[in-house]
Formats: sequence, structure tokens, C-alpha cells
Amino acid sequence: MKVTSLGPYASFIVTAYLAAAIVLAALIGWIVLDYRNQKRRLRELDESGVVRRSGRGASDLK
Amino acid sequence: MTLIDLANPTRFLSVTARLLPWLAGATVVLMLIGLYQSASAPDDYQQGATVKIMFIHVPNAWLSMFVWGVMSAAALGTLVWRHPLADVAAKAAAPIGAAFTFLALVTGSLWGRPMWGTYWEWDARLTSVLILFLMYLGLMALWRAVEDPSRAARAAAVLTLVGAVNLPIIKFSVDWWNTLHQSASVLRNGGPTLDRAFLIPLLMMAVAFTVLFVTLLLAAMRNEILRRRVRSLQIMQAGQKAA
Repeated sequence: MKVTSLGPYASFIVTAYLAAAIVLAALIGWIVLDYRNQKRRLRELDESGVVRRSGRGASDLK
Repeated sequence: MTLIDLANPTRFLSVTARLLPWLAGATVVLMLIGLYQSASAPDDYQQGATVKIMFIHVPNAWLSMFVWGVMSAAALGTLVWRHPLADVAAKAAAPIGAAFTFLALVTGSLWGRPMWGTYWEWDARLTSVLILFLMYLGLMALWRAVEDPSRAARAAAVLTLVGAVNLPIIKFSVDWWNTLHQSASVLRNGGPTLDRAFLIPLLMMAVAFTVLFVTLLLAAMRNEILRRRVRSLQIMQAGQKAA
């Protein structure tokens, strides 16, 4: 599919798909960064010697 | 393994860690197939190539309501069964639902301008979806405003169930009122009115977006469980320092 084959309203079609790609990429990026942030905070707690009630380390996900 | 097993957050983390790579892979494959089918679909005899906006607008619109439905089920889980992961699911789903609703509004406007001659019209369908978007934002604000997760969960659950009244209004707005928005052409009595050339790519994109939602929801739920673990450990640490 070429952009030129999209007719007189190609800019609307391309903008709609670009908007979807940008918003979904931002959403995925936010979730990935949030995960890294939580893991970093748990590692910091681990290093400060805090342990969970189960006796496992803070950053142990098991 | 039963749902009760998954109620244990540690067990949930372990199961989803194994599941997420497969779901992410399935999302990519389904999305690529859906995009290829969308690009290959013929032009509509009236709308021309503009019909291609439908393949992303409609799945986002369906998911905007589906996610609120999932949150409503989770709200019942919080209020009735006090399931430990119910409010985690509800909180994690809200920003994802807001993103889908935002995309439904934006892509709808971009489809409306060439077809209707306007980006926006205060008709029943568009307005009720805008209200849904504002409700998502309100719910996210509520979660941030109340510090204690269990108190926030109960308030959010009540608000979610009240907001669920909007779902049938959105669905049937095109039948109950005179709207610029077209009436249902897929989920309707008597079956879809869409030609297979459009229906198959549309359903493929709907499946791809739904699997994307499940993937993002599970990932966001893991984050929320870890956030709560951080919070409880910080409280424990503060208690130890005070003692």
C-alpha cells in the first residue's frame, strides 16, 4: 500500500495510524519504565537490609 | 491451577512472568497480520480509502467499553468477594482503558472530518464516549488522591459500578437518538452488515488489540503488586527505625 494510493484524505488516514502508534508506544513505554522503577526501589530496600515477612529479600519476585 | 491459586500475588507474579513473553509475541504476530489485512483491504465504494481508519477506530472503541466492563467485574470482586487481586486489576486497567478511549475519540474525529465535514459533533455517541474518557481520568485521579490502597479500592469500585451505567448508553445511543454516528454494523441483531473484505481485517485487528490489552493489563498488574510491596516494606522499615 502506497500513501499516494490512499486518495485525497491520505493525511487523515496516516495521522490516525500514527496517533495510535504513538499513544500505544507511550503506554507500553510507561509500563516498562514503571516496572524498572519498582524493581529499583525493591533493590534499594534489599540493600538497606529490609526483608519480607516470609523472610525473602525485597526484590525476590518468587 | 485455579483462580484461587492466582489470588496469591506471589503466585500471580510467577505465572505471569512465564506467560507475558508468549502474550507479547502473540500480540506482535496478530497485529502484523491485522495491519497487513487492513492495508490489503479494498477501498469502500462511498468512503474510498478512508475506510481504513475503521480498522483502528472500531477496535479501540470496543475496547474502551470492554475495559470498563472488566473493571466493573473487578469492582464486584473487590466489594463482594474481596479478591486480593481485584482492585489491583481495576487500578491497572484504568490508564489502559483511558488510552483506548482517547484513541477511539481521536481516530473517530480524523475519520469524521472527511466523511461528515466536522471533527466533532455533540451527538449522543460522541458525547457519551467523551464522558467515558472523563470517567477514566476521574477514576485515575481518585486512585492517586487516596493514599491507602484498600480505601481507594472501595471508593473506586463504587464509582466504577455507577459509571457502568454509561456502557449501554454508549452502545444504544445510535438507536435511541438521532446521531451523526452510524448505527451498529457488526454487533447487531441479524448479523454484521459489513462485507467480508472489511469484516475479516476488522475482527483480526479487534483480536490483536484485545490480546494487547490482556498483555498490558497483566504487566501493569505486576507493577502494581510490586508498588504495594515497596509501600509495605517502606512502612515496615519506618516502623523498625522508630522502634
